[in-house]
Amino acid sequence: MNAEFNHLLTSAAKGRISRREFMGRAAAMGVTAATASMLLASAARAEGPVKGGTLKAGMAGGESTNSLDPALAASEVPFMVNMTWGEMLVDVNAKGEIDYRIAEEVSSNADATEWKFKIRAGVEFHDGKTVTADDVIATLKRHTDEKSQSGALGIVQGISEMSASGDMVTLKLASGNADLPFLMADYHLVIQPGGGVDNPAAGIGAGPYKVVANEPGVRHVFEKHANYFDTTIGHADTVEILVINDNTARTAALQAGQVHMINRVDPKIIDLLKGVPGISIEAVAGRGHYVFIMHCDKAPFDNKDLRMALKLAINRQEMVEKILGGLGSVGNDFPINAAYPLFDDSIPQREYDAAKAAEHYKASGHDGSPIVLRTAPGAFPGAVEAAQLFQQSAAAAGIPLEVKVEPDDGYWSNVWNVEPFCASYWGGRPVQDQMYSTAYLSTADWNDTKFKNEEFDKLLLAARAELDPVKRKEEYSKMANILRDEGGLICPMFNDFVEAKREEVGGWEPDPNGELMNGRALVKCWLNA
Amino acid sequence: MHPILKLVVQRIALGLVLLLAVSLLIFAGTEALPGDVAQSILGQSATPEALANLREALGLNEPALTRYFKWLGGILTGDFGVALTNGQDIGQAIGQRLGNTLFLASAAAMISVPLAILLGLVAARYNGRWPDKLISGVTLSTISLPEFVAAYFVIYLLTQVIPIFQPVAMVFPGMGFWEKLQAVALPVIVLVLVVLAHMMRMTRAAVLNVMQSAYIETAELKGLGPMTVIWRHALPNAIAPIISVVVLNLAYLVVGVVVVEVVFSYNALGQYLVDHVAKRDLPVVQAVGLIFAAVYIGLNILADVISILANPRLRHPK
Repeated sequence: MNAEFNHLLTSAAKGRISRREFMGRAAAMGVTAATASMLLASAARAEGPVKGGTLKAGMAGGESTNSLDPALAASEVPFMVNMTWGEMLVDVNAKGEIDYRIAEEVSSNADATEWKFKIRAGVEFHDGKTVTADDVIATLKRHTDEKSQSGALGIVQGISEMSASGDMVTLKLASGNADLPFLMADYHLVIQPGGGVDNPAAGIGAGPYKVVANEPGVRHVFEKHANYFDTTIGHADTVEILVINDNTARTAALQAGQVHMINRVDPKIIDLLKGVPGISIEAVAGRGHYVFIMHCDKAPFDNKDLRMALKLAINRQEMVEKILGGLGSVGNDFPINAAYPLFDDSIPQREYDAAKAAEHYKASGHDGSPIVLRTAPGAFPGAVEAAQLFQQSAAAAGIPLEVKVEPDDGYWSNVWNVEPFCASYWGGRPVQDQMYSTAYLSTADWNDTKFKNEEFDKLLLAARAELDPVKRKEEYSKMANILRDEGGLICPMFNDFVEAKREEVGGWEPDPNGELMNGRALVKCWLNA
Repeated sequence: MHPILKLVVQRIALGLVLLLAVSLLIFAGTEALPGDVAQSILGQSATPEALANLREALGLNEPALTRYFKWLGGILTGDFGVALTNGQDIGQAIGQRLGNTLFLASAAAMISVPLAILLGLVAARYNGRWPDKLISGVTLSTISLPEFVAAYFVIYLLTQVIPIFQPVAMVFPGMGFWEKLQAVALPVIVLVLVVLAHMMRMTRAAVLNVMQSAYIETAELKGLGPMTVIWRHALPNAIAPIISVVVLNLAYLVVGVVVVEVVFSYNALGQYLVDHVAKRDLPVVQAVGLIFAAVYIGLNILADVISILANPRLRHPK
């Protein structure tokens, strides 16, 4: 390997250039992607983490209304806060596999109805107590409580019985679920001493950092938990999250070095930011997607031809380019992409086809009156513009759309899940089952397309209890096809997480599970001197 | 009772009645907001049962009038209640934030008020000549810039081109006084730019108005220098309108700087209010609204009283 490549490798390992840029330039030198990726990984390891210092993140998505109660986390900053002081039974890693945390071993019976989690010995809470199986049970119970406002209520509801004996937690499910470990990685399910029943917002957990200052909507400060069980992460002495909701101020803070990393880089300024020395842009393909949803049970969307006409009348490629600034990928009218395990990439991509759309529109017998599409600036970034693009591409197919811009205020209570056709977004889930169960099962609370299909439901329940990945993949593929052809979901695009970091940040790796390395960026990264 | 004391007491009593009326308006206004608190708190991904539970827990099922009197009673005893969204004590949270608001406002006032009056006097002294035109031109253009544009410009200039300040202006307990001042430097600069013109122009106009009077001519004929005439004879008689504009601007610095707070992520009352409006956290919105109203009314009473004190005819009624 020549000197130029070595220099490139060191730069990438030290985080001076982004992984994407490294891969691109390595490819230009004739190095295959696999080799480049491997070399980068070992170079990064050889550089080694640097201990100490204060690592700071500037983040959008925090409000002075936030609470330290992990059950209530609903926006980006509380999520990141949970991931910094909290520890769950397991984590989902960047490759989509289970990382064992408080549980060191997980096993299930043959039909996935009974799961055993072995609790790691000697894991310590911030208050010095040792994590026991009872703490785990108490935590899960708190989230299962009907009175709880936990964001994980839907996840833990399927547990019919839980018991602890020694260091073993046993969970019995009402029906088999092969994905249970993935569900236990949910960021609300932070294990708290005594389940956090007495004081849910105490901020006492078993994570790598302890809460030092909690000023919601302003900043969150943490210091290293000295007795943390895993010495391979938690490099900085102190980590800090500054809540900077304003895009310009956040970017300026990164440039001025007031913070080391930021989330949600505005797609409009990416090209400008690329030229700034000392800063690299990290775009990570995630599972979040922007959608237009039709209620399958309300006229005119109860007509399959009309739904198909609209699906064919949207120009997905154009949306990715214009709405996401190219940082994303096209959707295919089902909520799953290659970032999910067991994704079937052989399902044909639906393309914009005005002629075919016109045919379906004619076949639907629609009276030609304008179809109202509701949107709002906050439905997703660029939702109003996306609706207008949709209107134009549909007009070319002779389908009249009327875009109605609603106020952000009250959009999620007055429009979404109420009006029959509107713009929305989904953040994605760690596994396919959870995504489908959340929004496409006939009986799901958030079935926002009112999609009811018996065959689909049956396949979903069968796949859930199926431990053989080959069969499971087949079932998911069938479900994807049903939803793609018959559902009320128009999914034009999957958005990347677009983030930026300074060159002194080491240890960065792309993680499709969530923003800022699935909320673990402060825990896993370090500061190169 | 001395007539002035009587007047002051009268004003304060009127202010309190006004405040009560405002409290009713605030309550009615927040009631009329569209959307539902529980839904706003839990967001798009709320299950119907979680919503129902939260509504119950928040006492949203009680009639509005009952809630109003409970709220008013609480405030009269110094209890603002707890925020619906995160259970924090509102009084405590507001206390800290109000401190930050006042810190920013006083830092901006310390610079802008003397500067505006000085510039106004200079402009009046050189009425119609180049210093007057320069001062008017510059201050008018800074007031014409929307605050956020001025803010972004200042951020660009003083953190990127000449990196001497930090773009994020958060202050925390435990920071030293100088450290705090340094942190708020940028928002202070922006606020000074925004409020300067108004006060400057009023000073200039009021002084020029007085300068037409016969006694000023007498002063000039006595051979006094122009600055002395303005300072000793014109300004004291022009003080009343200047004070009212200054106080109006002070009120603005306390209650009207939400945009600047958001751009600089400054943790003061405005941003606190905006966050809680977005989440329909009514007790907080009401409490902050009431505090803003109290500040406004209080400062206006102050302006009234000072104007009266500054006017000998009112000070010594026949």
